[in-house]
Amino acid sequence: MMQSAAVRQLVLLLPALGVIVLLIGVPLGLMGWVSLLEKSASAGVDWQASPGAGNYLRLVWEEDFDGRMILNPTYLVIFLRSVLQAAVTTLLCLVLGLPVALWMAGLTRTGRMVMLLLVTIPFWTNLLVRNYAWLIILREDGWTTAVLNRLWPFGPVQLLYNDAAVAIGLTYSFLPFMILPLYSVFEKFDWRLIEAALDLGATRRRALRRVVLPLALPGIVAGSLLVFIPCLGAFVTPALLGGGKTAMLGNVIQAQFGPARNWPFGAAVSIVLLAIMLAVMTAMALWRSRRAPR
Amino acid sequence: MPSRPLIAASLLSLSLALPAPAQEAEKVLYFYNWTDYYPVELLAKFTDETGIEVILDGYDSNETLLAKLQAGGAAYDVIVPSDYVVPGMIADGHLMKIDAPGLSNFVHVKEAFADPDFDPGRQYTAPYLWGTTGIAYDSAQVAGAELEQSWKVFFEPQPEMEGKIAALDISSELILAASLYLGIPQCTESNDDAKRILELLEAQKTKLKLYSADSTVDRMASGEVAMHHLWNGATARATAQRDTIRYIYPVEGTPMFRDNFAVPVTAPHPENAKIFINWMMAPENAAAVSNAIAYANAIKSDEFLSDQWRGMEAINMPDAFSGRLVATQDCGPAARELQDRIWTRLKG
Amino acid sequence: MNLRRFPVMREISIAVLVFLYVPVIVLTVYSFNANRTATVWTHASFDWYLRILANPSIRAATWNSIVLAGTSATAATLIALLAALATRRAFPGRDTTETLLRLPLILPEIVVAVATLLLFVSLGVSLGLGAMIAAHTAFCIPFAYLPIRARLDGMSGSYEEAAQDLYADRFRTFRRVTMPLLWPGVMAGFTLAFVTSLDDFLTSFFLSGPGTTTLPVYIFSAIRAGITPEINAISTVMLVISILLVSLSFFLGQLRR
Repeated sequence: MMQSAAVRQLVLLLPALGVIVLLIGVPLGLMGWVSLLEKSASAGVDWQASPGAGNYLRLVWEEDFDGRMILNPTYLVIFLRSVLQAAVTTLLCLVLGLPVALWMAGLTRTGRMVMLLLVTIPFWTNLLVRNYAWLIILREDGWTTAVLNRLWPFGPVQLLYNDAAVAIGLTYSFLPFMILPLYSVFEKFDWRLIEAALDLGATRRRALRRVVLPLALPGIVAGSLLVFIPCLGAFVTPALLGGGKTAMLGNVIQAQFGPARNWPFGAAVSIVLLAIMLAVMTAMALWRSRRAPR
Repeated sequence: MPSRPLIAASLLSLSLALPAPAQEAEKVLYFYNWTDYYPVELLAKFTDETGIEVILDGYDSNETLLAKLQAGGAAYDVIVPSDYVVPGMIADGHLMKIDAPGLSNFVHVKEAFADPDFDPGRQYTAPYLWGTTGIAYDSAQVAGAELEQSWKVFFEPQPEMEGKIAALDISSELILAASLYLGIPQCTESNDDAKRILELLEAQKTKLKLYSADSTVDRMASGEVAMHHLWNGATARATAQRDTIRYIYPVEGTPMFRDNFAVPVTAPHPENAKIFINWMMAPENAAAVSNAIAYANAIKSDEFLSDQWRGMEAINMPDAFSGRLVATQDCGPAARELQDRIWTRLKG
Repeated sequence: MNLRRFPVMREISIAVLVFLYVPVIVLTVYSFNANRTATVWTHASFDWYLRILANPSIRAATWNSIVLAGTSATAATLIALLAALATRRAFPGRDTTETLLRLPLILPEIVVAVATLLLFVSLGVSLGLGAMIAAHTAFCIPFAYLPIRARLDGMSGSYEEAAQDLYADRFRTFRRVTMPLLWPGVMAGFTLAFVTSLDDFLTSFFLSGPGTTTLPVYIFSAIRAGITPEINAISTVMLVISILLVSLSFFLGQLRR
């Protein structure tokens, strides 16, 4: 009996695990292998090449125009910028998302449902369309720029095609990822703890800082991960709102698999992106387990 | 109740069967062209006359087209590669022999396009459109209204133009322009040359508003930038909306591109492809394209060209400028590698 | 005095709601703008909607999107339903299994998209609808799985036990008891998977082949070619479809258990 139940479970799981392993696991493994190969003469992948770390070394060193091997800061800068841009976005999402989640949790049941729907809807609409909407709003000949130029006395402002525009677009794209995990923490929150804190003479501000925030930590960590990781690989937002002046990791990967046609190098960049992601997740998990109440 | 999953399952199997291999007798043509580089109304006319239905997909650069070809995803019947990528495509065995001079409408092809260097004897390609990459500027936003016919105005702009200039976000175009301005051969393999190009582009970067090859017509027409490193046809279309726009054919050399129809070896309907290519060499059809998207064609069809374009210098190039035209070359791997490094450093 | 109220939280929340919805509203308003230049308002008109209806490229892209999303979402929902039933009871390795099933949610989409491209190219699979359906099915699985699991978790096993006590066999119990109770979860999962596939751009961008341009891929290339009121109109249509479907899924998820 036990045997057959286990077999049945396995059979039911097989399609799902099969699809995920074959169409996500195997491709990622293949990419790891390709990242060690070289591109063939006519671009594409030279499958016969002996594997080596050349593509990874290229990320850091290069032959200078005068023939010496020098440290190449280009990709390091792109990595750093991507991480920084993702971190800024995560922080913005936290600052905006925490009050919303906290406020939502204090509403009536109907109010909570309505807010939940309102917060979720933008997330499900097309990423491209959402960024396109910002393109329209921030354009030079748009009314936003016109209004700001009236109010801002120090010369004309430019809203589009810079890192700030990318940060706005990314925040807009991923804000729901921060609000939802935070809300799920506050929804189960034991509000009597606040009462206790207030009874003991704490101000609301202090109660917020000393009671609410520490207990919201799991939600903050989960939300930050959910925002940070997709930001790292963002392609559409920097492409549309960044004006092509500054590249992020996602754009480098797209360029290598598209116009530059160096797939093995693109694979190496992708693997490094996955490694950064894994490192951040591990760091978060370790930090959490250390902070967790014993 | 149980019938619903069944319906779903059969629906699933049905749709999975959809991308079945196409049959030769099918009246279908898969056309892969640059986005916004063909008037869709003309496709309807082609379908009316030949009964062949055209399915159009778009790409944004020669490099994207090459990437799709190499990915093996290019079961397209007609593609539109530019001059400089054609030799490589032929060498890699991507193109099918179509013997364009054997097609009945080839007699209408202008002399200059009948036997080009990149495809001697037109064995693999037939001409589509041609154009130039120069500089568009809005004379209403320029002090003195008129600018010098030189790349200098773009690479070393007057102070009041700073922050109002857009460059094409295409490495080959921008590096070629810089090479022409500096008098460096376009497929240079010299590190010193590369260094000079990078220095010029890095100095220019701080004066640019953005790099972009998207929405160029709109950007010029709306006045979002005052100067744009741009193709002549896009300039003409912007001029139709804002009549103060001017086009510069730089004296140091104005890159010229010649785009072509070609048939990939993997094309499922090569016969339909030849019918289409032949149909496109008929003067009235070639002119319909030029009238709609403002690029000159390679067919003797000038009498069909609309007056709107005929009066514009951007489209109707004065003969005196023909000495400035420079054909884009197919650079070797070493030169391309160098260009890739310049580009990555510039953008990093 | 309400314990759950903190100063300025409400004001910030309202500001965030404005931030979330202003772009949506601006886009919608401009889609009714008669002016050819997308950002200069003249007067209201339906012209652009009529134009997109008449545009064969948009019609073909819409059809491609619907076929792709319908097929992928159906496959993903069936697969996810089986997986949800299997993970209902605890077993050794369930956590690992669930992590695997959620993998597509965590991984950056661009990495998965190019990796899948590599796989198909190295296997010699030609790009196009078949490749796109396979890839979409894979990343839609968690979106279908999570609502179904949530519904299952909220269901007590007592109805099924009662049915089995009354000598219904396993299949009959599933068909007559489990499935009707589970149905809203399945539909919610299907809808989310459908919307996810419908909205996908990157995977389709890399895997598309002849005649399989989807709406998002079309919109991307159209934005690159030039911002036009047609893009505003087709974007608004996509927004409305997504909003309707997500609201539907949401209400299905809220149905009384």
